[in-house]
Amino acid sequence: MRSNVARFRLETLPDLFSTLELMAREPCVWRPFAGGTDLMVLFEAGKLEHRNYLNIWHLPELRRIEETQEFIRIGALTTYSKILAQSTLQREFPLLCRAAAETGSVATQNRGTLGGNIANASPAADSPPALLVYDAELELVSAAGARWIPYHRFHSGYKVMDLLPTELIHSIRLPRDKSSWRQHYRKVGTRKAQAISKVCFAGAVDVSGHQVREIRIALGSVAPVVLRCTKTEDLLRGQTVSPDLVQTARNTLAREIAPIDDIRSTARYRTRVAQNLLEEFLMGLGESA
Amino acid sequence: MTKYVGKSAPRKEGRDKVTGRAKYVDDLTFPGMVHGTTVRSNIARGRIAGIHYEPLIPWNEFTIVTAKDIPGRNSIALILEDQPCLCDSQINHPEEPILLLAHSDRYLLEEARRAVRVEFEPLPPVFTIDDSLARKQVIWGEDNIFKSFLVKRGDMDAAWKAADLVVEGEYLTGAQEQLYIEPNGMIAVANPVDGVTVWGSMQCPFYIHKALAALFNLPNERVRVVQTETGGGFGGKEEYPSMIAAHAALLAWKSGKPVKMIYDRAEDMAATTKRHPSRTRHRTAVTRDGKLLAMEIDFALDGGAYETLSPVVLSRGTIHAAGPYFCPNVRISGRAVATNAPPHGAFRGFGAPQSIFALERHIDRVAKAVGLSPAEFRRRNFIQQDQTSAVGQVIHEQVDMIHLLNRALQLSDYEAKTRRFAVENPGNQLKRGMGLAAFMHGAGFTGSGEEYLASVAGVEATSDGAIRVLSASTEIGQGTNTIFAQIAADALGIDYESIEVAQPDTSIVPNSGPTVASRTCMVVGKLVESAALGLKETLLRSGFLTDPYSADQFTVACKHYVSRHGSLKSVVQYQPPPGIHWNDQTYQGDAYGTYGWAVYVAEVTVDTRTFETRVDDFVAVQEVGKVVNPVLATGQIEGGIAQGIGYALYENVFWREGRMVNSQMTNYIMPTAADLPRIRVFFEEHPYPYGPMGAKGIGELPMDGPAPAIVNAIEQATGVSIAKIPVTPEVLMEALEAVHA
Amino acid sequence: MPEAGEKVTVACSINEKRVTLRAFPMERLLDVLRRDLQLTGTKEGCGEGECGACSILMNGELVNSCLVPALHAEGAEIVTIEGIARGEELHAVQQAFLECGGAQCGICTPGMVLAAVNLLDRTPSPTDAQIRDGLSGNLCRCTGYMRIFEAVLHACRATGIHK
Repeated sequence: MRSNVARFRLETLPDLFSTLELMAREPCVWRPFAGGTDLMVLFEAGKLEHRNYLNIWHLPELRRIEETQEFIRIGALTTYSKILAQSTLQREFPLLCRAAAETGSVATQNRGTLGGNIANASPAADSPPALLVYDAELELVSAAGARWIPYHRFHSGYKVMDLLPTELIHSIRLPRDKSSWRQHYRKVGTRKAQAISKVCFAGAVDVSGHQVREIRIALGSVAPVVLRCTKTEDLLRGQTVSPDLVQTARNTLAREIAPIDDIRSTARYRTRVAQNLLEEFLMGLGESA
Repeated sequence: MTKYVGKSAPRKEGRDKVTGRAKYVDDLTFPGMVHGTTVRSNIARGRIAGIHYEPLIPWNEFTIVTAKDIPGRNSIALILEDQPCLCDSQINHPEEPILLLAHSDRYLLEEARRAVRVEFEPLPPVFTIDDSLARKQVIWGEDNIFKSFLVKRGDMDAAWKAADLVVEGEYLTGAQEQLYIEPNGMIAVANPVDGVTVWGSMQCPFYIHKALAALFNLPNERVRVVQTETGGGFGGKEEYPSMIAAHAALLAWKSGKPVKMIYDRAEDMAATTKRHPSRTRHRTAVTRDGKLLAMEIDFALDGGAYETLSPVVLSRGTIHAAGPYFCPNVRISGRAVATNAPPHGAFRGFGAPQSIFALERHIDRVAKAVGLSPAEFRRRNFIQQDQTSAVGQVIHEQVDMIHLLNRALQLSDYEAKTRRFAVENPGNQLKRGMGLAAFMHGAGFTGSGEEYLASVAGVEATSDGAIRVLSASTEIGQGTNTIFAQIAADALGIDYESIEVAQPDTSIVPNSGPTVASRTCMVVGKLVESAALGLKETLLRSGFLTDPYSADQFTVACKHYVSRHGSLKSVVQYQPPPGIHWNDQTYQGDAYGTYGWAVYVAEVTVDTRTFETRVDDFVAVQEVGKVVNPVLATGQIEGGIAQGIGYALYENVFWREGRMVNSQMTNYIMPTAADLPRIRVFFEEHPYPYGPMGAKGIGELPMDGPAPAIVNAIEQATGVSIAKIPVTPEVLMEALEAVHA
Repeated sequence: MPEAGEKVTVACSINEKRVTLRAFPMERLLDVLRRDLQLTGTKEGCGEGECGACSILMNGELVNSCLVPALHAEGAEIVTIEGIARGEELHAVQQAFLECGGAQCGICTPGMVLAAVNLLDRTPSPTDAQIRDGLSGNLCRCTGYMRIFEAVLHACRATGIHK
């Protein structure tokens, strides 16, 4: 235990409104604390620099999952376990469920939240690639009101995001328009379970015959942010999948990502595997499309 | 016939473990106890220029210990005394302890640790075996060499001339962290009146005892070491606990309070010992029909900054380097060298996994060069009973490696799968392969080691007629308590349940030596058996007991004897088996009283999209003498194989300037329940006459085989010959791309 | 607002007993259990939520107590390893660990037993893959997990629910 617990504050206010009010009144003083699966690790390692936290774990407003014809709306405090147990998500959003199942262990899945995974802003996070593929939108709330932003615009640099110190992520909204698309998720981690990803691929494509009508590709651990690969998407949109096209797409992807060497892997490996996973995804379309 | 040995008696302390009642060191609290911590160096090599205490910490509340506070010698006594307990000037690695702090508030203690600023004058460091051998800097002794051995047999020059083929290779293994799940820890009570007592997590109470006596300059009887329940060791709690005990005791001595020092995971991984990295070069002469003519082996270990156990690790690695083969001409050069990393140390296998990895990879390469299958080449060269090993040991015991090989091939369906994969692999993204490794592991201390140790163990009757086993051999999960009770129960002809095993406490138990080297069951277990037989003999001679007797009659006899004579205790000292001779000068002779013999087969799948290797099946066939407790023995083999799979594929220590930088469980990758194949364990039993009821050592053997078997299987799957572990996906990708480029 | 350094009161149920604790709000539940309640069966192996030695059940869910701030225990139903046996009568999972060799050094055992109990609560008749997945957050360095898998299956058989 490498922090002095006596120097940290973790306060609980009765409801969402009073929590947001305090954040507005004392901006930059307070940061939210949800399931703690990231913050507690930093805290124990003596690497948690911010000292004052507002507990939001108890707020029911942030836990709801709501469905309409067009959307499913997931409260930011929804845990991975709850995602895995939700039938619409299982049926229509398999990439998100795969991501949830591959995040940490059962114990982590019981405490880790979707909103926390987003706000922690790790480029190696498992669920953001799925959220990018599903065209997720985030609802951000503050004492002043709420706003929606497309998730692909949320992260703008390593741990930099479009979130004011007075705001909380309230919920994540996914349009229910891709359940007929071909979807593919593969996390390549340091081991089979309890792993941090070295490359994480999520893709969905609307195909007609072998022709790509619309496509989404997103990757984790290959850039300072989880990356929606729009250049590769643009290249593929409207095209018919062929070995030549796959090769061109591989080259485009390699230019689009910016992986690094670190203690988990190498830039060369990440590039090659990202290309191979893209190829696996595209060639899979040919098999039974 | 035995009633308990050979059957799976339930673990003695199992009930306490499954209910959470077992007390490990961090579970203990003493009145007035304070916490201790260590301030370490942060450069690899240099001199201490000054120590500064930053303000805002109430330093007057802290106990602060430096080298000046040491009453006796400032070293951790082991073989040489080159490792300081606390550095006072020269820094030789980035985790050297410099200063100790104690305080009752462990949170404030951590703040204080960070507020001690040590200034250094850096000196140029050495980090690799090659740089050390080249003496880029001389950092230890005159030539950086802790120890070297030379094993010679036959006429090498003639063999090279007679050879049809010479095959060369170089093989590398990385450091490996033991990663016991209970981190190291000690509690000490120490003052000039009562002497020094420590309780803690350890393998070797008398190693700590020796270190503390020298450090405090105290007579043996004023130092007491007690082992608490220990959450795994694997060699990692062989030598370093002496350091932690020394630190806790120094703080206790100065503060006058009980001091608890528990390492957190990051400190434990970075500062304590790991398996020695190695580099092995092979040059092998063979005939056209696949007979070994000559083996030239250059085996080098990175020992880290101080000698510690490196000479002994080197010795075992050197002796095992030629493996279970007969070769008329052999030259093995072994060297352990200094680098500016924390000292590497004991880890299950103790040098043998390194040299056997190299050998068993190389044997596949040689087989390929002469156009034989890996199995057939080995079959033609296995050592047989009455043949002589590389170190000149005539193998008198019954050994049948061909039978072990055939059984392993059959159980793994090796031949059929090899043929099937050869057909299926081309054009498939998933490439499958089979690989095998054949090896042996010497049980007990090497050479004259057991004679020097002269271990003692005993058995006594308590006043209520119960029987208690007395030894310093620690239960660290491997089953010491259980097997000793089984052995004693059978020797005495009484119930397993009525045998107690004393907690290792140097004030009570005799020195049965360290709990290492696969010696606990075979060597100390034999002493327990002999002591039990002696106790029974005493009772029979005394007239309190007559043969045949019931368990109740035995208990009554014990009570009578104790009430008449005050005590009933039988103590036995180790005697080497007849006909065992070892020459420390020539490094020739009977290196070990006996060996465990094994053939392992791994089946793997390599995914050529992600370069990940998955082990699909693992067959382990071994001959280990009489199996004392099948469930425990199987568990030992399975656990060793799991560590071996980690060693082969996952476990990678990342070094930066001599320091481990991935010192977290998140980033040092050991296998989870989802990563391992079904591990299938099979025993052959050739009872060893000098082990208890025929048992041999078992604990280290399973560490030796998995890595070469797996990497051999990767070669069969992909056609790429990898010479370095761990074979991470990144390594495999580079190797595959180099071949296809 | 209380200043930094102030402890708070947390009321919860631990092993079916009502308990009121005083702790710093960010203090690890692990430390509170071990230090204030002497429930030392919950172990610390890594302090980063990776090894599972500190596993407990919180409101019926498996959690790593090293990652739970004391404040989050407010109102919770907590079960630690000390609450698994009924007096001297072992839980079927504990008995199976004993018989099958599921415990070696024993340091991961409390967490592993809780993970297995939780797995069987959720999945009374687990497949091999479900057992591996359910226990994959609990690291064991001794056994290679094989005896543990067998213990879980044995516990299923013993409770008569495994097919």
